[in-house]
Formats: sequence, structure tokens, C-alpha cells
Amino acid sequence: MGRASRKGTSLMTDTTAGRVPPSGPMLAADGRPLKASLNRAMRAQKIRAFLLVAPLLVFVLVTFILPIGDMLFRSVENEIVPQTLPTTVEALQDWDPQTDALPGEPVFAALHDDLTVAVEAKTSTRLGQRLNYEYSGFSSLMRGVARELKKMDPAGPFKEQFIAADKKWSEPAVWQTLKLFSGSYTSGYLLNALDMQLTVDGIKVKPAQDRIYVSLFLRTMVMSLGVTFFCLLLGYPIAYLLTSLPLRTSNLILILVLLPFWTSLLVRTAAWKVLLQQQGVINDLLVWIGIIDDANRLVMINNATGTTIAMTHILLPFMILPLFSVMKGIPPSYMRAAKSLGASDWTAFWRVYFPQSIPGVGAGAILCFILAVGYYITPELVGGTSGVFISNRIAYHISTSLNWGLAAALATLLLIVVLALYWTYDRIVGIDNVKLG
Amino acid sequence: MSLRYLVGAVALAALPFGAAMADDDIAPCDGCAKAMTVVSWGGAYQKSQQKAYSEPYAALTGTTFTWDESSNEAVAKLRAQNEAGNVTWDLVDVEGPDSQRLCDEGLAMPIDFDKDLAPGNDGSTPTADFGDSLINECFIPQIVFSTTFGYRTDVAEWNGAVPTSLCDIFDLETFPGKRSLEKRPKKNLEWALLCDGVSKDDLYDVLSTPEGVERALNKLGTIRDQVVWWSAGAETPQLLADKEVVMGSTYNGRLFSVIEEQHQPVAMLWDWEIFDFDGWIVPNNLPDDRKARVMNFLRFATDTQRLADQAKWIAYGPARNSSQPLVGKHADLGIEMAPHMPTNPENRKNYLVNNIEWWADNQDEVEAKFQAWLAK
Repeated sequence: MGRASRKGTSLMTDTTAGRVPPSGPMLAADGRPLKASLNRAMRAQKIRAFLLVAPLLVFVLVTFILPIGDMLFRSVENEIVPQTLPTTVEALQDWDPQTDALPGEPVFAALHDDLTVAVEAKTSTRLGQRLNYEYSGFSSLMRGVARELKKMDPAGPFKEQFIAADKKWSEPAVWQTLKLFSGSYTSGYLLNALDMQLTVDGIKVKPAQDRIYVSLFLRTMVMSLGVTFFCLLLGYPIAYLLTSLPLRTSNLILILVLLPFWTSLLVRTAAWKVLLQQQGVINDLLVWIGIIDDANRLVMINNATGTTIAMTHILLPFMILPLFSVMKGIPPSYMRAAKSLGASDWTAFWRVYFPQSIPGVGAGAILCFILAVGYYITPELVGGTSGVFISNRIAYHISTSLNWGLAAALATLLLIVVLALYWTYDRIVGIDNVKLG
Repeated sequence: MSLRYLVGAVALAALPFGAAMADDDIAPCDGCAKAMTVVSWGGAYQKSQQKAYSEPYAALTGTTFTWDESSNEAVAKLRAQNEAGNVTWDLVDVEGPDSQRLCDEGLAMPIDFDKDLAPGNDGSTPTADFGDSLINECFIPQIVFSTTFGYRTDVAEWNGAVPTSLCDIFDLETFPGKRSLEKRPKKNLEWALLCDGVSKDDLYDVLSTPEGVERALNKLGTIRDQVVWWSAGAETPQLLADKEVVMGSTYNGRLFSVIEEQHQPVAMLWDWEIFDFDGWIVPNNLPDDRKARVMNFLRFATDTQRLADQAKWIAYGPARNSSQPLVGKHADLGIEMAPHMPTNPENRKNYLVNNIEWWADNQDEVEAKFQAWLAK
């Protein structure tokens, strides 16, 4: 707006300089200044355009951006500790977690006051669960103290009474955990998602037998790339065939390509189980032909192979469709021209046809890869232990372990990784080069 | 089918006596909601609840039932509903550990068992009648189920031997072939330690040390190449039926249906099975009319007869002691159900009860170790 009006003024001074009567701003037919009148017309148009997209905007905001934002925010949110134990957190301010000495009586007294309120409001076990993520045993410590609290002498001294109730209260590690995770925000979940942990001595990598997430992220990326590659390998010839066949035949094949879309994902995955398992159709066939013997049936399911095969099949249409729509737009005369100029079949394809189909390859690859990275139900059913993805752990933490903070942290990292890959792709290939049709 | 009509007919026949029987059979419900949303597990289990509880109750009171098959993620969803301030469920079927979490967090309503539930038909108070299955103040138990092993009876390589003890799972010499185990540390670690020479009394002391977890994983490591890991209870029965595995763990009711309903050559191993309870919880802070309806239904659905009735449709033991003698024959198969109950004394020589407390504390850490071990 600012720039437009400035331009307007400069235009005006030009005209005043060029013409004779300096009789104020230029007027429209109805006597208003032309600029204001134009602005009004433009504004009305803008409002109309905005109103047209407003329902979609509100829909996306309410059903997508806000919930996802809320979920991602949980990866750093730690309100539960300062909210449940407000005075304890304050009293702990002066305590140095580096020392092995226990905090003093005022902290224990504050803990007693806070827990009395928390047990009444039934928030103490939830707090125990939260701190149990960082230090195993906090859950039972909190549940135990909820029972013992009523028996304690309200006059104090509380330090002895707490330690008598559970000697865990005399372990500095308990208080260090409490102090480290007493802020409203925490890096604990994100560190956990990277196989690290926050200790009094700073951030540390977890011991080898507790590390799972980094290797799962890598596996998710590598296998998704593999699935995308196989989709391209299988999809490219089919898309090419579709463009070169007569319309009737190609329509039929297109229906076959789309058919899986109309079948439930679960049914398709279950069908792969029947085909791939050791007593399954494919193994039976191979044994019958005599390629393998009965004792050495192939293991093609409950591992990475199973996941790759089933997911390639499920994602294939997402590769074929963009490829097909881009290839349809490549005039066949280019290939004929290349050949008439002496190119071999391969040279004509590789130098003339393939470069023109790149936008379709890009679109298909991005679609397949991004869908694959988030896959969860297929790896769960056919992936065994070596073929599961990071999404399976996210689902586990959402619905089973109820560690929503860690689930949110894993999801945030996954989102960041995907965005980073997308950005790299844009730098190398260029997102303008991606075409869906 | 005919049974459904029979139940309906019995219910209709009972109607004229409704007024007279109101006191001991079904209390009148004033100002109660006309509809209920009940959450359960789906499948054969939900069907058994419908047949034994909700269909007779609907016939008597005209209440409409909506079933939501979300028990699998009940805690997560109830927590989310509570955060959103809109609890749409009236009654939720959960396993023991989940009920503990819901109760601890104040998401489930505490129950006054002796006041809210019907006494046993032998006059015992509900507290005495339910006994050990009352694991917390919010949980109204329905059934006892166990996780145990099934094996194929037609494995040629076994030369006629059949597994008789839990530790045969770890014996690849005598019993070669694949086994299916749950893709979770719970239960597997206990079984591994029991077969590694740890006694039942020392089990959780050993498991509480990092070396104990390591020891259990090492024991599991001896059969690891031969394990198919499952995540849904229906997988082991399917794997057994497809000959993909020769033995595997799952819930006893699932094995019952493979053996007795589908007539597969599969048998059950009752050794060191792990007991769990499944039951109802009522979400906290329900509006008065909905709460009144739920409590009225609960009193009816957890009485001695109704709990025994459920065993006609599924092989899980009723949680009330007074229901045990009333367990009869399967509604469709006509076989005696008592020998198939996990509560049957013949089937419970060696057993463990799911240690909710220990797992609540150690789940996160042990799960991480187990997953890292699986990925190696």
C-alpha cells in the first residue's frame, strides 16, 4: 500500500509538471479522487477474494495448523512440574544440584505443602509419570508418598518424615532430577528423541543399550528412499506404456493402476502377508517349481524386505500418476526427430525423452518419499522388528506409553528432517521443476 | 441366532414381573439418560458383552447402546476428551493397568463397591465376592484372562513330543520351529527369567537391576532367530493356523477359538500363564442423568448371573467367586466352559499375576532397552 501511494504521488507530480492547470488531484467521473476510487475498487476485490478463500483458511487453521501447533508445542512444554510443585520449585532455587548434599528442611516443607494440594487434586501421579521419563522410580515414589502423606505430622520436621516414608527421598539423584526439570519449558523430550539426556553435568549421550531413535530415524529415511526408488523403477515403464498405447488399452491399464486406491490399505497389507509368509503362496510356488527346497523357505516378511515390498506396492500409484500426466505432454515428434537425425533408440530416449519427463519424476519421488516417511500401519503389520519406522514409535508413545511429550518431540524432529530434505531438493533440483500435470 | 431370540423371550417373560423383581433384578431408574456409549475391544469379546449384558438390559429398559471399539487407546482418548472438556463416553472397558492410570489421574470415578454393585447370589458382599480382582477404587472387574502359549500338535520334527512346561519355549533342540512372542518386554522378560532359574519370589527383585534385564534379554536371545514378534492378539492364532509358527503366546480366549471353534490342530500350555483383569471404569464428572444410567446398568451387568453368562460366549473367567459355579456350556458349541477358564484350578498350578505397580515404574526404561535390543 505504502509503495503504491508513493508511486501515485510521483505520478501526480509528473502530470502536474507536464500539464498546465495545477488544480489538485486527478478526479474520477463521480468527482472523487481517482486514486481513492481505484483503491476502493481494488479493496472490494481483495475482500471478495479473501472471503472466497476464508472458509478454507479457517478450516485449515482450525483442523490442521492449531492442533499440530499444539502437539508440537508439547515437545518443549513442562508446565506440569512448576504447576504441581510451585513452592518446592521456588525453594529449590538456592540449592546447588552439583553437590551431593540434600536440600534443607524448607524444601521438604514446601514439598509437603505442594503434595498435599496435588494429592487432593489427583495431579501427583501424573507428575510422577512425567519425572519417571527422566528417572525410573519416580512413578512409585509419587504414588507411595500420596499414601504416606496423610500419616505425616503436619508440624514437621518433614525431611526425616519423607525419608522414613521412602528412603529414595535421601538420594541426591531424585532432587537433581526435580531441579533439572523444574522449568516451564524443557529440552528433555527433544534430547530423549535424539538418544541423549540432560544430567547435572550437562547433556550426555545415552548408553549404547538405551539408544533407539537416531538409528530408527536413519532407517526410516533410508527405507523410504529405497521404496521411492523401487516405485520409480517399476512406475516409469508403466507410465511410459500408458502414454504410448492406444487410448482403450491405456484406459484399462490406468484402471488397474487405480484399483488399489479403492481397496482398503489393511486388506492390501494382509494380502501381502498371505503371499510373502514362509508357508505363503510365493514360497509354496518356489518350492513346487524346485527353485528352493522345503527346509530353506525364503524369509520375506516381518523384516525390512516385507516393508519395502508392501509399501512399494501401496505407493506405486503416487509415482505412476504424476509421471503419466507429464509424459502425456511430451510430443512424440521429438523422439522421431531425434531418430531421424541419427540418434539410436537409447540416445533418443536418454537425451531427448527422459529430460522432459524429469518434472514428473520429481513430483512422483517427492510424493512417494513424503508419504513413505510417515507410514505406520504397513510397517507395523509386515515389518517385524527390522522393518518398523519412527512413526511406529510415535504411535506407541501417543496411545500406549502416553508419553505425549516424547511423541511430540519425535514428530517435531521428523518434520524438521523432512523440511530439510525438501529444502535440499529445492536447492539441487528446484521445486519449479516439479510438475503434477 | 435362536439363542438371541431365547434371551429376548426370557427378557420379555420377565417383564410382567418387572415391578415385583425390581428390587433384586433391576432397580427403577428415574431421571436416567435413554442412551449409553460403551467403549470396548470389538470382536468376539465385545459380542460376549452385548449378549450377556447390554441386550438383556436393553430388552428390560429400552436403553439404546452405542459401542465404540476404542479400548485399545482408551487412556489416550479419555485424557484428550478430558482436556477438551467434552467426555462423550459413559462406560469404558479397560485392562487393569490402564484402570490404574485413569484412577490415579482422576479420569475415572471412584466406586463404592458395596453400595453401587449388587451382592453375590450367595449373599456375600461385592467386596468379598470380587476379592483380589478389586485392584483399585475405580475398577469394576468383569473377567480374568491369561496370556499363555498354544502349540501345534502336528509338528513332525518333534517326534511325538509335546511341550509340557513353559521352558520348552526356549528348547530349540527338542522343539525346533518358529515361536511368536509379543513385541513388548512385559511378560516376555518374566518368562525368560523363570526359565533361567529365577524363582517366582525373586522375579521382580532380579528384574529391578540392570543386570536382571540384561539376563532376561540374553535368555530371549537364545531363541531370537526363531521368534516372530506380534503386536495384535489375533496374530498368534493366525500364525499357528498358517503353520508360520509352531508355538506362540496370546490370550487364552483367542486360543480357545482356534482350538474349539476353528478345530485347528492346536493345544494349550497351561504353565506360568500370566493373569490380568479386565473390567469397567466410569469416566469422572459425568452429567447426572448419564451417570445414573451407567450406575443402573453396572449394577445389573456385574451381578453374579450376568458375569457367569458372559462365559457362554468367550473363554474368560468371571471375576466374581459366586459366578464360578454358574459357568455353563458354550452357547453355540455346547461344550462345558469350566475346563477352559483360566480360573479353573487345573489350569492354575503355576501362574503369575500381572505386576501393575512394577511395570508402572519401569515400563519406560525397560521398553527402551527392549526396543534397542530388538533393533540390534
